Amino acid sequence: MGVHQPLNASRTGALWGVLQDVPDPEIPVLSIVDLGIVREVHDDRVVLTPTYTGCPATQVIERMVREALDAAGFDSVRIETTLTPPWTTEWITPEGRDKLRAYGIAPPNAPGERAVHCPQCGSAETEEISRFGSTPCKALWRCRSCAEPFDLFKCH
Amino acid sequence: MPSLPPIRPEDEEVALKTRPGGAFDAPVDEEHRATLFEMLLRLGDDSLILGQRLGEWCGHAPSVEVDLSLANIALDLIGQATHFLNLAGEIEGRGRDGDALAFHRDVLDFRNCLLVEQPNGDFAQTMARQLLFSAWQKRLFDQLAASSDERVAAIAAKAVKEVAYHEELAAEWVIRLGDGTDESRARMADGLDWMWRFVPELFELDEAAADANGRGLWPDVDLLRTGYDARLQTVLAEATLDAPKPQRPILGGRRGHHSEHLGHLIAVMQFLPRTYPDAVW
Repeated sequence: MGVHQPLNASRTGALWGVLQDVPDPEIPVLSIVDLGIVREVHDDRVVLTPTYTGCPATQVIERMVREALDAAGFDSVRIETTLTPPWTTEWITPEGRDKLRAYGIAPPNAPGERAVHCPQCGSAETEEISRFGSTPCKALWRCRSCAEPFDLFKCH
Repeated sequence: MPSLPPIRPEDEEVALKTRPGGAFDAPVDEEHRATLFEMLLRLGDDSLILGQRLGEWCGHAPSVEVDLSLANIALDLIGQATHFLNLAGEIEGRGRDGDALAFHRDVLDFRNCLLVEQPNGDFAQTMARQLLFSAWQKRLFDQLAASSDERVAAIAAKAVKEVAYHEELAAEWVIRLGDGTDESRARMADGLDWMWRFVPELFELDEAAADANGRGLWPDVDLLRTGYDARLQTVLAEATLDAPKPQRPILGGRRGHHSEHLGHLIAVMQFLPRTYPDAVW
């Protein structure tokens, strides 16, 4: 049919490549792979996990993945969802953390790290304004050095 | 539909004695299924009703930050409800999904505790209710993460991380208002006083809960109560508030005996899907 079907050996690699190009609808600078919500990729199925139980983006993401897979000729690949183990911000990739910072969102603190750094000026002189922010995964913070408010991706 | 031939008790006895040992060979246990369905309705309805209640604050909270907080907690709760009620529908096996259970049951069929259907009142009353509920739900989900049903365990393990946030936020507000001005202190004391009589229902061990406990589907409620009391004591001490005086407990939500408040809430919540049954998002 003219649709490019990769050889089996590289099939999962090609699937990862397709998923790497699917952006998170809330934070489009991140791909769903950067976000760590793609849990498994097999020849015949991909397994996703939601960030938060009530995250409204979950259904949108599933639809976007379906479209991306279909467009790449992987229309026989199933999409499955799992809750176990629960998603954690520790699964955000190092590239994902860099992209968040560049986008103006402070990445979640690594385990043991206490200070929240302003994504604009890098200062650690910051304070929480609101525990909940514009989406379930973010809190609202403010930098006392440069006075800019910013989103913090919450540790979860 | 032709009905199945009745099962004679003696056949059932034989069936039980010859039950094969493989995990997937066991006959579907109707009692187990009924108990699991009942407990899933309780869990799902608690989350659904409180989520809807908190949604009433949207656009009315004292500040935009609080508005965001309450809407976010509501969203988490609706997410829990979706998981629990979808699973309940699956267990029931009569073709109902989470939406059908949420929008096409009437008041008497709801199994939520009375605490969650109480009116928001003022902000202090809402936060009093939130602390009393989230402190319970946190400890409950901690236990349910080890449920004998792995699907329930997965939902609880996922949701408990969010509930920890709810409990923390509510505790901070109870402390801030309790240890605040004369006005805020009086309001928080009133809020706790109003909600207090609905706390015993959270730890009620009725027939279904006892049965569920025996099947590893519900925790030991006395143990739950111990941790809960300790937590409340800490928060109230920091809020410089005394625990409300013991009141006569009000029970019945788990059996569908609700206050008038729930009917009004459900009327608002169900209006659209009932009026336009085929409407899709």
